[in-house]
Amino acid sequence: MTRPRKPTRWLIVLVVLHCVVAGAGFFAPYDPVAQDRERTYLPPMHIHMVDTHGHFHLRPFFYPLRLREGSFDQYQEDASAPSPLHFFTRGASYRLLGFVPSHLHLFGATDARICLLGSDAYGRDQLSRILYGGQVSLLAGLLGAGITLFLGALIGLAAGYYSGWRDELLMRTAELFLALPWLYLLFALRAFLPLSVSPLEAFLLVVVVIGMVGWARPARLVRGVVLSVKERDFVRAARGFGASDFYLLRRHILPETGSVLLTQAAILVPQFVLAEMTLSFLGLGVPEPMSSWGNLLATLQQYSVLVSYWWMYLPALAIVPFFLGYLGLASALQERAGAYNLNEKKSWNQT
Amino acid sequence: MRYLLRRTFHAVFLLFGVSLLTFLFSSLTPGNYFDEMRLNPQIAPETVAALRAQYQLDRPLPVRYVHWLNAVAHGELGFSFAYNSPVGPLLWVRARNTLLLTVTATLLAWMLALPLGVWSASRLGRAPDRVLSGATATLLVIPDLVLALGLLIFAVRTGWFPTGGLVSVGFESFSPLHKLRDLALHMTLPVITLVLSALPTLVRHVRASVAEVLEAPFLKAALGHGLPHRKLLYSYALRAAANPLISLFGFSIGTLLSGSLLIEVVMSWPGLGPLLLEAILARDLYVVVGAVLLSMLFLVAGNLVADALLYWADPRIRTTASAK
Repeated sequence: MTRPRKPTRWLIVLVVLHCVVAGAGFFAPYDPVAQDRERTYLPPMHIHMVDTHGHFHLRPFFYPLRLREGSFDQYQEDASAPSPLHFFTRGASYRLLGFVPSHLHLFGATDARICLLGSDAYGRDQLSRILYGGQVSLLAGLLGAGITLFLGALIGLAAGYYSGWRDELLMRTAELFLALPWLYLLFALRAFLPLSVSPLEAFLLVVVVIGMVGWARPARLVRGVVLSVKERDFVRAARGFGASDFYLLRRHILPETGSVLLTQAAILVPQFVLAEMTLSFLGLGVPEPMSSWGNLLATLQQYSVLVSYWWMYLPALAIVPFFLGYLGLASALQERAGAYNLNEKKSWNQT
Repeated sequence: MRYLLRRTFHAVFLLFGVSLLTFLFSSLTPGNYFDEMRLNPQIAPETVAALRAQYQLDRPLPVRYVHWLNAVAHGELGFSFAYNSPVGPLLWVRARNTLLLTVTATLLAWMLALPLGVWSASRLGRAPDRVLSGATATLLVIPDLVLALGLLIFAVRTGWFPTGGLVSVGFESFSPLHKLRDLALHMTLPVITLVLSALPTLVRHVRASVAEVLEAPFLKAALGHGLPHRKLLYSYALRAAANPLISLFGFSIGTLLSGSLLIEVVMSWPGLGPLLLEAILARDLYVVVGAVLLSMLFLVAGNLVADALLYWADPRIRTTASAK
């Protein structure tokens, strides 16, 4: 059918994308919470190389925006004061990866603020907020997937290894979780946790909720692997030598589930990033002033924003390359594993 | 028939489990609907306590569950605190709106996916197949939230479509034709979103299963006998490839009530989605349980329909099932 593709290529794409988000401090020109209440809802600015007189400049520059006469939210470029763009410049201080203090930014401007993707209701730079928001969303997705896989592996191992009533009980529960619509489960779990909490607590809550939702499918897959592995000769031999259950599970059975878990991870992470986006979009997730891809989109629920400030939609597009990378990786892994099933992602999404 | 009976039994078991689980989840919630009243100094604590007692919120969980089960057996789904009305009719109106949306979208998606998938499979690896695969891959990486918001912006900027709700203001006074047009316009955006988000999965499934069947010797033989290509594809290949597609169709039916939750909230369509979200935020327990149960009912029914269709369509299943 389709040509088999190497997982490594997708892995490189993903590593690059994650590095950009992890290094948000460096790539973002401003602090994500720095406000500029004089200029709110700036439209995306353009970078120029040629000025109004037709002269070419080697250093890219931009025209600061100023309010149009007699308007309160319509801006126009101020051609009289071009502002050059500086690269590797000193700017707002930040901590790279949370602990390395630094001032260095990829680009910036000294005379005026440059908002390449526009700014929001408080004049905060959208590009910076998207990059920093990506840290929150991706971390939620990754941690959520970690919890899910841990739970899934644990339950799958237990069910597959100790068959009988334990297996029966765990798999019936898994069936219930698979049957419940995904969004309902997310809502229901979120509903029994407190609504107004500090941003950090809210983030942790979201991670836990997301992590609790999806364990059923990996658990079933792991169980399947365990069922076949535990009858293999090397496992029987090890058992014959008197290996304990724990040793067998850890040393011989768990490693065999690696490829299933890896593929599931590639499928789950983008799902969970989307889950965080959904929760935050609906106001059940990460609150302001922290930014996440979901709560950046929440302003679109206001009709006036929808009508006048289309660039508030741009954060939605940030997830698309990540989805592409993870989906590519997942299908490459599945092709490698011989399980040709590209449709896992969508069917899970809708359940 | 025993096969179907067993499946039905399984379905009922599932419904029970889910109702218990949702009840448990909702009851773990700290606080209840009347907590906000307690903050209001104008309402006496005795009144709140009386209300709690009236709705039996002061009773232990197992008692409430049994009570609720009893009510369900009598055809009542409990009482909404927020709307101050029985849950049944409330859900029914919303479910009707949701179904209007999802039935249209599901039918459209399948009507598009079948020819597209068959067409793609019959030209496997050639230009049309490549283009279509690219298109489905693109759609697959655009999450429905992103798609829905994008379409909303498009609607607002062009002004071609209304951006929310079921009908325009003054719908009652429209002529029947005008009414239909108004409703169709309001439905367009959510339906497009739903179709586009369901389409890639469906097309890929159809393509994969038809492509597999096209390799079969009996189809090569049929081709050799000079059967027309179209007949070959649609009445021979598609029928042989129907098995996985029937299961998928059952799944489509199953998600009629639950698949459009988010889209409804984003596009402010007055279906089950917004109702459920409100109910969760307001701790309106019985509405939550009722809505979840109703969509579970659909999921289970969808699976049953798929099983019945498979039983009817595939003689292999009939023989193995009756042998057991």
